[in-house]
Amino acid sequence: MTQSATPDIAAGRLRADDLAANFDDVKPPLDRKKALIESSRCYFCHDAPCVEACPTSIDVPNFIRMINTGNTLGAAEEILDANILGGMCARVCPTEILCEDKCVRNTSEDKPVNIGMLQRYAVDHLLQSNHRPFARQKPTGKRVAVVGGGPAGLSCAHALAIHGHDVTIFEARPKLGGLNEYGIAAYKTVNDFAQKEVQFILSIGGISAKTGQALGRDVTLDQLRKDFDAVFLGFGLAGVNALGLADEDKLSGVEDAVAYIADLRQAADKSKLKVGRKVVVIGGGNTAIDISVQTKRLGAEDVTLVYRRGPEHMSATWHEQEFAQVNGVKLKHWARPIRLLGHNGAIKEVEFERTALDDRGQLVGTGETYSILCDQVFKAIGQKLVKDPVNGKARESLDLHGGKIAVNEERKTSLGNVWAGGDCIASGIDLTVQSVEDGKVAARSIDRYLRGK
Amino acid sequence: MADLRSNFIGIKSPNPFWLASAPPTDKEYNVVRAFKAGWGGVVWKTLGENPPVVNVSSRYGALHSADQRMIGFNNIELITDRPLEVNLREIKQVKRDWPDRAVVVSLMVPCTEEAWKGILPLVEETGADGVELNFGCPHGMSERGMGSAVGQVPEYVGMVAKWCKQYTRMPVIVKLTPNVTDVRKPARAAKEGGADAVSLINTINSITSIDLDIMAPTPTVDGKGTHGGYCGPAVKPIAMHMVADIARDKDTFGLPISAIGGIANWRDAAEFIALSAGTVQVCTAAMHYGFRIVDDMISGLANWMDGKGYKTIEDFRGKAVPNVTDWQFLNINYKSIARIDQDKCIKCGLCHIACEDTSHQAIAAQRVDGKRRYEVIDAECVGCNLCNHVCPVPDCISMVAVETGKPYLNWTQDPRNPMRKAAE
Repeated sequence: MTQSATPDIAAGRLRADDLAANFDDVKPPLDRKKALIESSRCYFCHDAPCVEACPTSIDVPNFIRMINTGNTLGAAEEILDANILGGMCARVCPTEILCEDKCVRNTSEDKPVNIGMLQRYAVDHLLQSNHRPFARQKPTGKRVAVVGGGPAGLSCAHALAIHGHDVTIFEARPKLGGLNEYGIAAYKTVNDFAQKEVQFILSIGGISAKTGQALGRDVTLDQLRKDFDAVFLGFGLAGVNALGLADEDKLSGVEDAVAYIADLRQAADKSKLKVGRKVVVIGGGNTAIDISVQTKRLGAEDVTLVYRRGPEHMSATWHEQEFAQVNGVKLKHWARPIRLLGHNGAIKEVEFERTALDDRGQLVGTGETYSILCDQVFKAIGQKLVKDPVNGKARESLDLHGGKIAVNEERKTSLGNVWAGGDCIASGIDLTVQSVEDGKVAARSIDRYLRGK
Repeated sequence: MADLRSNFIGIKSPNPFWLASAPPTDKEYNVVRAFKAGWGGVVWKTLGENPPVVNVSSRYGALHSADQRMIGFNNIELITDRPLEVNLREIKQVKRDWPDRAVVVSLMVPCTEEAWKGILPLVEETGADGVELNFGCPHGMSERGMGSAVGQVPEYVGMVAKWCKQYTRMPVIVKLTPNVTDVRKPARAAKEGGADAVSLINTINSITSIDLDIMAPTPTVDGKGTHGGYCGPAVKPIAMHMVADIARDKDTFGLPISAIGGIANWRDAAEFIALSAGTVQVCTAAMHYGFRIVDDMISGLANWMDGKGYKTIEDFRGKAVPNVTDWQFLNINYKSIARIDQDKCIKCGLCHIACEDTSHQAIAAQRVDGKRRYEVIDAECVGCNLCNHVCPVPDCISMVAVETGKPYLNWTQDPRNPMRKAAE
């Protein structure tokens, strides 16, 4: 077999209908019959472990009981009261390590109630109805700037709007939604659900959105703190970690997974997306899984995910790992990239060194190496806070902790009228549902602050 | 292997499982299917005088459990709506083709001697094994002075039973309505009238649901509904109480009983037989799942009997009757408390919240090393059994007897009873 001299990166690898099927709803919604059967499995636990496992503390048994009695709108209200992005969370939450992991049915039969799908059933029902459960309280005249239109910002904005405050969202990208719009794997949120949810949230009124407005470029924190009564920062992690290898930025075909996924999510026609025949993904989180599966579903022939530690260390859950494997992604563990080999300016091969834990539990290279031939390499080894926009030229600078914004329990930062939440704070949990909770908790604190002012 | 053969007031069947008089036994086609499936006998759907009755469209209502299974069922169907001679011809044919199975014919005619005298010979001519007098149906026919309108008046029950015994050599079973205050009264009347046996219960007056869109009871007939006869698993406890009352009444003690009411499996059947039933009749469960449920009834009962060492039905029939008593004779000094098997507990907390909110605050919700743990507070537990019933895990909560060192003492003897009879 001869090895082609030019990298094999091409668009339109699959037929249109195969491509459409590959990016259709990965878990089709429950219909009424299935929702009734599944909801009947819930025991209506007291002090339910699933509620405790939910970062937003959704009263799971209560909403499931409401589904079972035919009170689906009530179920959705119960969910949205606790988590205004309950529709997206139902789609993207790693329920296998949250609510469903704690379901008491695991103890006796290893089969939890399918809480995520029931939540989706209820919220979708409400969103598709004319029912709008939230109304604004009397306007307070207070103004709050929310920086970042992702889950944290939207959650905060909605809660503040309910309390009668006027909210302005500053979003760097053209659309609101954050990772829901630009990051989540396409087959988890089909039919433009992210934007439908955004519209639902904005329908409360009192929220205006300025898109294409980046902090540090178009607006400054100093100015926002002056112009608004309070500021909430929920701009996520804009920086991408680098491999730190030579030619990383020079070789074509070496790409950031995050940027590629954003392009994929925005692509009107996925057959126009170019994807390698042989793909290597480096990383062990959900982004690594998402880029692996999505490139596979775009038509890549071989996708190999390489992670420097073992499966149990991956931040992608066991369920996500299985999902990747079912989709034909090869998972390789205990190896780290040490060299990118190119040909004519394009990536050709990645050399890995096998790794192990030493006596002290530190990850070390073993000196043994192997190479994987490839046409495309995706870096998915985490994202980081870009500090400049917040601390670049500001009068007062924000306290950071571990490279992220330090906050107290109420999500208040070190600055007088500034709160923060979502991936940009030092909570250690980078889940959509946690971001929603941050926004909610911050809004409560901001509201108290504004009323006391 | 246990011998399930039954001889009930001379009516023999290979097992005690009969199909009750109802839609499943309305015609030859169904009955033959039932016999092929293994049913021991049938009580043919109630025959009446010509012209046949006319039924309405939409006839059944249901109560469902959360998993969408019928736990209660009701109907507003009347007796057979087929011509008398068609039914008689089919009964004769079926009995000829299935001589080892019991074929009993249910009857309902106006409450006059002439009417009963007229129909009995026609049934006798089919070779049927017996008749069951339908004094039970609580809907429709009762408005015409039949069914439960007769069953609710003990004098009528006795009178018709007497006519029937007078005008046929066939065994006569009187089917009782539960829509009375004290079922022993009509049972005594049936016995006095000469009936060979009673069967019970017929269905209970009921409205299963209201359609909130059209604001009418279900089943709904062109916007209106009426009460129907309730049956299915939900009525079993009511039926058991009535069967037990007749079984232990001094006047009706020993009167053969064919039990009906929510029987769906071998265990239900065994329970009724333990309360002295000679045969059991099934309708709703068959209408829910089809005739093959009899497979489980036959093998389940036989296996259970083998396990207990019972060789025939008679070996355990009525064995529970002596243990049915009045509240006043229960041992007031007996004490039991709940025990939670921590290895089986799945930490749902249902026992705790039930006890905490609605009973005796006797189950503590604890956190041990952050993990949930539910523990019975012995001193507070009155042994009410609620926790045991709400627990979703089989055998996780049990009620254990506590040694009190006190002798048997019932309420009639208890010094705390102000109405206590003085010791003799």
